[in-house]
Amino acid sequence: MAEPILNVDHVGMQFGGLTALSDLNFSVGEGEILSLIGPNGAGKTTAFNLMTGFLTPTKGEVKFRGVALKGLKSHEIADLGLIRTFQRTSVFPRDTVFDNVLIGLHRQGKLGLLEAILGLPRARASERAQRERAAELVRWIGLEARADDLAGSLSYGEQRLVGVALALAAQPKMLLLDEPVSGMNASETHTFVQLIRTIRDRGVTILLVEHDMPMVMEVSDRIVVLNYGRIIAEGTPDVIRNDPAVIEAYLGQSGKKAAHA
Amino acid sequence: MNRIATLICLAVFISVPLWLTDPYLLNALITTGIFIIGAMSLNLLLGFTGQLSLGHIAFFGIGAYVSALTSLGFDVPIVGDFHIVHVPWPPIAGFVLAILISGFCGYLVGRLSFSVRGAYFVIVTISFAEVVRLVALNWVELTQGPLALTNIPSITIGLPGLGYLVLKTKLQNYYLVLAVAALSYLLISRLVHSHYGRAMRGLMENETLAVAVGIDVTKTLTLAAIISAGIAGAAGSLYAHYIRIIDPDVFAFISTVTMVIMVVSGGKGSLAGPVIGGVIFGLLPVFLRPIMPPEAQWITYGGVLIAILFVLPRGIVPTLAPLLGLSRKPGGAAAKVAPRAAEEHA
Repeated sequence: MAEPILNVDHVGMQFGGLTALSDLNFSVGEGEILSLIGPNGAGKTTAFNLMTGFLTPTKGEVKFRGVALKGLKSHEIADLGLIRTFQRTSVFPRDTVFDNVLIGLHRQGKLGLLEAILGLPRARASERAQRERAAELVRWIGLEARADDLAGSLSYGEQRLVGVALALAAQPKMLLLDEPVSGMNASETHTFVQLIRTIRDRGVTILLVEHDMPMVMEVSDRIVVLNYGRIIAEGTPDVIRNDPAVIEAYLGQSGKKAAHA
Repeated sequence: MNRIATLICLAVFISVPLWLTDPYLLNALITTGIFIIGAMSLNLLLGFTGQLSLGHIAFFGIGAYVSALTSLGFDVPIVGDFHIVHVPWPPIAGFVLAILISGFCGYLVGRLSFSVRGAYFVIVTISFAEVVRLVALNWVELTQGPLALTNIPSITIGLPGLGYLVLKTKLQNYYLVLAVAALSYLLISRLVHSHYGRAMRGLMENETLAVAVGIDVTKTLTLAAIISAGIAGAAGSLYAHYIRIIDPDVFAFISTVTMVIMVVSGGKGSLAGPVIGGVIFGLLPVFLRPIMPPEAQWITYGGVLIAILFVLPRGIVPTLAPLLGLSRKPGGAAAKVAPRAAEEHA
């Protein structure tokens, strides 16, 4: 495994008397595609929120590139290069696709207020550069034809793509995707898998939380399986596919089907 | 296209005194213009960040008092024999100070309330306006309380080589207000089309996502509050030097409501909205006054407001602009930017 970029160090999370996660301990290597899977209620969402700083663990700590996330605000975590996407609300619905990506470029365009208001040459140049970059990203994600449409009017799958373009605009070092292909059809999912690979090849580490087993098996370098707030298995797709604990205790019948898919 | 429409509007406003010489109407236009500046500043918060400042008149009133006191001077006892004495400064210094101090108050209110936002911001701004009104009413040594500050000097501009120009007449004041309004419009326009404006829109539409791509909520909203309050302060200063007498009634809640009506009817989140809404609701009472008794005036005023919001729920400008071909899509500022950008990259 490459140098770890994200360390989840013996993390536990309790909500009142309920233990959502008891002892989560794993790391994600730089340039890796790692998937976090588990049945409903296994603690995936909690784990995801801990890793993006939306929740602070009651035990242990999460470190991104050696920096503890504890106490950091969400935008500060984004500044470190750790960017997440959302399952449901992945876009700014009342803005065009192009403007969505422009908003995502916020971190790149930090200009002085006076420069921005006076429209000084540097501000104009920066604005032009951002627009070029946004156009490039819209093209890259394959939504050129819809650039001027309001993001809220797009199909579910297209909105997901906009969400990813937005996240990429923020120049992440690591991207956390929350069930990105749920609700997509098979061909959209296939395209998305290609997209994830391309993003990784550009040097972005990816952590995926997903229900779609065939997709996870296809795209992941490594898989971490959660159940009842604990890791029950960890390894490459082949290892997970054949892990009796995973198949019997967690995936059950549908898991066998998935494993053979 | 949009730029042309804006310039035509500006030209019409510039030409008004050429064909309208009735001093009563000109006076109505000046006070309406001052309130439109206030409404534009309110729109920056309400329309572009979604935060409702129901005490917005506080920043206006602070601007008015700061500007008046700066140009009148004061002698206020603090403790025992210790007095704070201020000799009168030129009114233009009052104008600048009004912007700075109102802006600072915007910063304080923003810092206080934006960590919680929403309903809390509404409550904090209302309370702030009420506290400021009570200070103006009760700190008699400074503000003369209900006796009002009188004889506020008119704004004077020093012209290099030409001596001083005292802006006393209605005509001069009309152009002064128009100039400040045009500058405020330009400032707000530049701001909302910059990445600061995009951050504001992002926060308004989907805060969780905006934060996740690295937008700092408190900083962005506080910045909007500072600029909004500063512009409102400028409007207050113009008001003080034009009317030349101010009392604590400038903090009346109804004035905030008037500005909200101007913004909402014209179309919040559109740059021209407060101008159109302001012209309608600023001048409506003037036209109703000669033709009906006072009760009927207010009923008609309310009726017009309800009719506009019923027929055009998003406001006049966002609904009508696309029909006139002034913007390609609904959504105000957002839609205006994108097509232009797309052309650039075509």
